[in-house]
Amino acid sequence: MSASATLTRHVVAKVGEIPERGSKLVKVKGRPIALFHVDGEYFAISNVCPHEGGSLCHGKLVGLIRSSEPGVYERTRPFEMLQCPWHGWEFDIRTGQSYCDPDSIKARSYAVTVKDGAELAEGPFVAETFPVSVEDQYVLIEMK
Amino acid sequence: MSSSTLHAPTRAKDPTLKLVDCDIHPTVRSMKDLHPYMSTRWREHLATFGQRFRQAFVASTAFPKATPQLARRDAWPEDGSPPGSDLAMMQRQHLDANGIDRGMLFPLFPRALDERNIDCAHAVCRAINDWQVAEWIEPEPRLKGTITVMAEDADGAVAEIERCAKLKGFAQVALVTRPIEPLGRKRYWRIYEAAVHHGFPLGLHNSGNNGHSVTAGGAPSFYFEEHQAVSMSLHAMATSFIIEGVPERLPELKIVVVEGGFAWAAPLGWRMDGLFDRFRGEVPYLKMKPSEYLRRNFWWTTQPMEEPEKPEELRQMLDWMGWDKIVFASDYPHWDSDDPRHAFKIRMSEAEKRGIFAGNAEAIYGERLA
Amino acid sequence: MGHIAATGLIDCDIHPAVPGMKALLPYFDAHWQEVIDARGVDGLDLAYYPPSAPISARPDWRVPGRKPGSTLADMQSQALDAFGISRGILNCLYGGPAMYSADLSAAICRATNAWVAAEWLDKDDRLRASIVIPIQNTELAVDEIERWAPNRRFVQILLLGAHESLLGQREHWPIYKAAEKHGLPIAIHAGSAMRHAPTANGWPSTLYEEHCSFALTFQSQLLSLIAEGVFTKFPALRVVLLESGISWLPSFFWRGTKMWRGMRKEIPWVDASPAAIVRDRVRFSLQTWDLPPDPTQLDQLLEQIGADDIFLFSTDYPHWRFDGGDPTRGLPPALLGKALRDTPLATYSRLKETA
Repeated sequence: MSASATLTRHVVAKVGEIPERGSKLVKVKGRPIALFHVDGEYFAISNVCPHEGGSLCHGKLVGLIRSSEPGVYERTRPFEMLQCPWHGWEFDIRTGQSYCDPDSIKARSYAVTVKDGAELAEGPFVAETFPVSVEDQYVLIEMK
Repeated sequence: MSSSTLHAPTRAKDPTLKLVDCDIHPTVRSMKDLHPYMSTRWREHLATFGQRFRQAFVASTAFPKATPQLARRDAWPEDGSPPGSDLAMMQRQHLDANGIDRGMLFPLFPRALDERNIDCAHAVCRAINDWQVAEWIEPEPRLKGTITVMAEDADGAVAEIERCAKLKGFAQVALVTRPIEPLGRKRYWRIYEAAVHHGFPLGLHNSGNNGHSVTAGGAPSFYFEEHQAVSMSLHAMATSFIIEGVPERLPELKIVVVEGGFAWAAPLGWRMDGLFDRFRGEVPYLKMKPSEYLRRNFWWTTQPMEEPEKPEELRQMLDWMGWDKIVFASDYPHWDSDDPRHAFKIRMSEAEKRGIFAGNAEAIYGERLA
Repeated sequence: MGHIAATGLIDCDIHPAVPGMKALLPYFDAHWQEVIDARGVDGLDLAYYPPSAPISARPDWRVPGRKPGSTLADMQSQALDAFGISRGILNCLYGGPAMYSADLSAAICRATNAWVAAEWLDKDDRLRASIVIPIQNTELAVDEIERWAPNRRFVQILLLGAHESLLGQREHWPIYKAAEKHGLPIAIHAGSAMRHAPTANGWPSTLYEEHCSFALTFQSQLLSLIAEGVFTKFPALRVVLLESGISWLPSFFWRGTKMWRGMRKEIPWVDASPAAIVRDRVRFSLQTWDLPPDPTQLDQLLEQIGADDIFLFSTDYPHWRFDGGDPTRGLPPALLGKALRDTPLATYSRLKETA
């Protein structure tokens, strides 16, 4: 096991396990993390909404809605914004930034990589209790 | 720290800190859940004609809400039945998880308080009351009930209060907050007399559609507006009670304003007092300043929690209104509900916590909360 | 009063009273003169300021035989001269905007504006005025703005607190376009054309309750203007709330911002919090009668409101808001600082002109 200050990679899911636009609640070093799958990409942010603690893995993935003028709704980045399941605050799943207060209010985000099982066999990584097979691909969260 | 961000939980892991939740919303899986508590006549009526409200849609309120069924997205039972319809889930997700010692049921759906057909409204209110006892209060003694009555027919409402007063487990009386006339008007006074007679506070949760625009300037376009306008209707409700002279006539009446916020309480008192000198001649029956009735006869639930720009402003607001005037409510399982651990963004003393989380509610409801 | 004398008091809300239809009659064309005469159209004072009610006029400003504020001589001696007012903005509250017939409404508004111009503006250099408009018909309303905007002594457009539809709604936007073009703020005055019940809960029994509930109407109108995108669409437009009170602002800011965080996707053109928008774009007249009695609470309230450049001083003449000879009495220095002069001049660009 690496020292706590250094980056460690944690295998948290098998590719294919989380359906498109689905989520999985995982724990890494005791921290609850919401893992999302959008169009082949994976995103990880803290599961705890910085507002009142809503469980973000139950949130709704939606598009980024902006407007150039009243009555015009411009939808970009489909399903890359996460709305908290409680009060509807929006977070960018790539950065964890909140829409309304991007500089001051964030859900912590974590880097995610996808690796072949064969690569993982070479390490270093932390699988904890997660079984890994060389035939499959896996989702890893990086954490300091 | 922003006033809107998470900080250390308010509730210490102190097992002696009790928690009373003054607003929990149970609901039915479908209207069939009420059938055992209704006559064949009304079962058939509802199955055939449905309910009649002052709105355009069969099964939606006029303004689509933030979420389906107004609910937290994590509150849906696995079988897809509506949030709040599964006691076991409510116990697991809310009562047990948040350590709720007493929870006040507040049935909003099915809607009965503003049904236009008065006989039908009485039948549904009565069914909801019996259903609360049988399906919630008896199996789960932590829960207390709210007597729902159809206010537009005061005789019927009084009869239902008297019937329910003989049953176990009810702690308050609820009626619609957007009635045909403002609630201070005389047509409703008999209901308040009955509530006082039986020792029930009024629990007044924003509800109903009376056909009046939700603002004096017409109907808004957006839920963003309507949600706030409905909350403001409770400011008007409090004003009506006081200026029409209800608490002057019934000094023992307790009015708990549910789910309307509370930052408006003290400023409303200032406004009424500020105009009082000019209008005293119009309301000669008022013996005290309006703010004194507000202070004596009204209480507020915490949810939806006020979120000032600076956290300490919340403390100022509570100082202004009085720390004894506020009771915790979660609004479980609705989308804008509050978590007792994280809703308060200020540090509170043990005494302040004890008051807000239990003591104040116990003072209002007394042995009915036991 | 020294600070006022040194700088010249700007009074942003003065009410000249229409003595009666007879006074307006010369300002209608022949058709409408005949209609008014033949049908006895009169009695259009607005019901939320009944002439005899205490709120409607200070007792010492009442002169037997005429409505308070109905003559220039009264206004001069009781207010303009008495308080040392260097600029006063007339907001004429009369029934034109509340008529159901758009044509009659337009005719009365036009006559009212003409009467204000001829009987008041032309006779006292200190006076400025608001244009009243038949808001129920946008085309006629814009016509009325265009008619008076070239007269530089009309400095804003006056609306009642409540009409048929909420003021943000897009049918009204040509009015805001014209207002922005001419540099005229939109003022919303306490009151209602009574198209809807004064509260969401129906009709209260008393005038007292109506005046208490105006605070809710103002909040509803601000929410409408924000949500519909008026402030987004018209970036130079300013809105002035007259006789709104101010103690409801913190709770409005908090609730509005909380809802914006959760529901802003419904109104994505709103890209700042309601609190920020209001502080930037909305101004509030003082007199205030809704302040806390405790000075500490007052300091806290003003700190929560969080802006010292949003207040406009007014006497609200002849409405009875204060007694005695000092209209600033009871108003804390923190409120008055910029309200007496700087903020009015920043709000009304036309006030800087010597017309």
